[in-house]
Amino acid sequence: MQLKRRQFLASASAAALASPAIIGRAVAADGIKFVSILDQSNGLDIYGKPMVETTRMAVDEINAAGGLLGRPIDLKVYDPQSSIQLYTQFATQAAAGDRADVVHAGITSASREAIRPTFSRFRVLYFYNVLYEGGVCDINNFCTGSTPAQTVEKLVPYTMNKWGKKVYIIAADYNYGQITAQWVQKYVRDNGGDPVATEFFPLDVTNFGPTIKKIQQAQPDMVMSALVGGAHVSFYRQYAAAGMNASIPIASTTFGVGNEHKLISAEEGNGMICAYSYFEEVDNATNKAFVQRFRDRLGDDAPALNELAARAYEGAYIWAEAVRQAGTTERMAVIEALRSGVYYDGPSGRVQIEPKTNHANQNVYLAELKDQSFQILETYENQPPTDTLLVCDLVADPNQSTFKFENGLKAAGIDI
Amino acid sequence: MDLVVSLALQILYGIANLALISLGLAIIFGMMRVINLAHGEFLMLGGYTVVIATNNGVNIWIAMLVLAPLVVGVIGVVVERLLIRWLYGRMIDTLLATWGLSLLIIGLVTSIFGASTATTISPPLGVITIGSYTSSGYEMFLIVVTVLLLVAVYATLKLTTLGLVARGTMQNAEMSSALGVSTSRIYMITFGLGAAVTGLAGGLLAPITGILPTIGAVYIAKAFITVISGGMAILAGTATASALLGGVNGIVAFLTGPTLGEVALLVTAIILLRLMPRGITGTLFRKSL
Repeated sequence: MQLKRRQFLASASAAALASPAIIGRAVAADGIKFVSILDQSNGLDIYGKPMVETTRMAVDEINAAGGLLGRPIDLKVYDPQSSIQLYTQFATQAAAGDRADVVHAGITSASREAIRPTFSRFRVLYFYNVLYEGGVCDINNFCTGSTPAQTVEKLVPYTMNKWGKKVYIIAADYNYGQITAQWVQKYVRDNGGDPVATEFFPLDVTNFGPTIKKIQQAQPDMVMSALVGGAHVSFYRQYAAAGMNASIPIASTTFGVGNEHKLISAEEGNGMICAYSYFEEVDNATNKAFVQRFRDRLGDDAPALNELAARAYEGAYIWAEAVRQAGTTERMAVIEALRSGVYYDGPSGRVQIEPKTNHANQNVYLAELKDQSFQILETYENQPPTDTLLVCDLVADPNQSTFKFENGLKAAGIDI
Repeated sequence: MDLVVSLALQILYGIANLALISLGLAIIFGMMRVINLAHGEFLMLGGYTVVIATNNGVNIWIAMLVLAPLVVGVIGVVVERLLIRWLYGRMIDTLLATWGLSLLIIGLVTSIFGASTATTISPPLGVITIGSYTSSGYEMFLIVVTVLLLVAVYATLKLTTLGLVARGTMQNAEMSSALGVSTSRIYMITFGLGAAVTGLAGGLLAPITGILPTIGAVYIAKAFITVISGGMAILAGTATASALLGGVNGIVAFLTGPTLGEVALLVTAIILLRLMPRGITGTLFRKSL
């Protein structure tokens, strides 16, 4: 903006006359701007709605406890309606229009990759709190969700030991599913197994009959699913309807984070095994209190809690802790604080930022589905994001902003 | 051999599935030249009726076979009276209006029941074993139901007075009106019946699909393509288009993978419409129903 000298003088003197009022208002209303962009309608709302609720809860709690640096947090929530186009629009709005101090946004990897460059360009701190395929190496972007080296690496050997070495992989047909399928293939081979087949499904497939026949023909020891979204829930139901869940068990890297275990009946889901960094059933006092507060807040409408919802909550707290330590909301100071090893002891246990990758060291839980709820079988504490660590070192070179697995694992130099 | 039989049944089911989700749309389109873009949401409402009813202790068979068509049929009549009847003969306007209606229904269901609703139902009937292969007994049941449904629609159109009057109105509305038929009433009943058939389909699919407020979107495209490929004749069109598209989809999906299966279905529809712009029944079986 260019001001002519006369205009500047006029407005400056007006400002000087009015300054007591302006300053007074500025201090009182000067909230810290926290923007959340998460899908609350159309296909992805099963993931986004619980995340928005826990984000609101975290911000309300922090504000009730006196805010941050003596200032309240001003939460603004946008609904991109499961549309990538709206994601980019709201990201620009948050960065350029709202001048956000921090943005927590994105559910699918596709949406993250659409908006990440916007926040780098506008120099706005960006948090992505969703489990994903790993590989983001961006000084400005903190990915707090679990990655395959934390979860799939535990899930594959555990289930192979239990069920056998022939694994049939089915996955959603976009970047998350494609890259996760490669991780599964790698871990199956690393553990001496055989990934007999891999199939990808467009997100609107609802008839899984031909695939179920192929699974029967291949006779694997287990099925590993990275299916995503409401239409794919049909797979688990048709698999059970064909009597397959009794003979060939399923493990999954995605089942449950959209509360799918409530969308199929107990007998259809029993016996499935999953690994995430949070389950509602995690047994510690912090989590019990968290679940109770969440239910008190939403009453009977409270959805089940999963890793995405818990991490949205914990992500807000990790950011708040870094702001407290930095003593300012200035972006670089907060990034420095986050990378100095900030942690938060939340419902999932300790979540600590790992400075080489801007990902998080976190607990991982392995659980079996029984009667529509998860029974925790194993706990692995403080797991580092070793997948992203293979390709990313922000300590050596902080000046990075790339997605290393964009073209798959082989292109990133990882043997699968 | 076991594989061939089992796969053939599977493909037959794929065809029946396509016919089931398209029939209600075909009835409304064939009779009234109205493309109902809220068709996917009618299917979803059928599924939701079953989930909500069974969660409240209703027997699953009653919920699927009675409540789902009843509830969605009544909704269909209300929609026809309040919205569709003002728009007859204006195809683009009905497209827009029913699209708006679909957004409204999704919004209403989400605000009433939330983004997802827990269910306790699983497919009734057991498993059919063919050698070393197993198929779902419920899916076989759905094939039978689809055939019965087609027969019932045929009988209604061919053997009842209502069917006669409806076919007359379909061929020439002004003439039937001049002969004392209340075409407005016929349209209302037809739309209600189409909605009821759609509700029944949604209810029947409830035990083997995921039920969410937004799930209609995954059905509308396939139903739409099937109906357009089939052409004007309700039964012959739906049956032949489902057989062709479902068969191609099933075989290619088995031989290659689901992605190419979907591609093959769409390519077949494109080639078909290039060769027969008025659909299968616009060229073949022209006198059929």
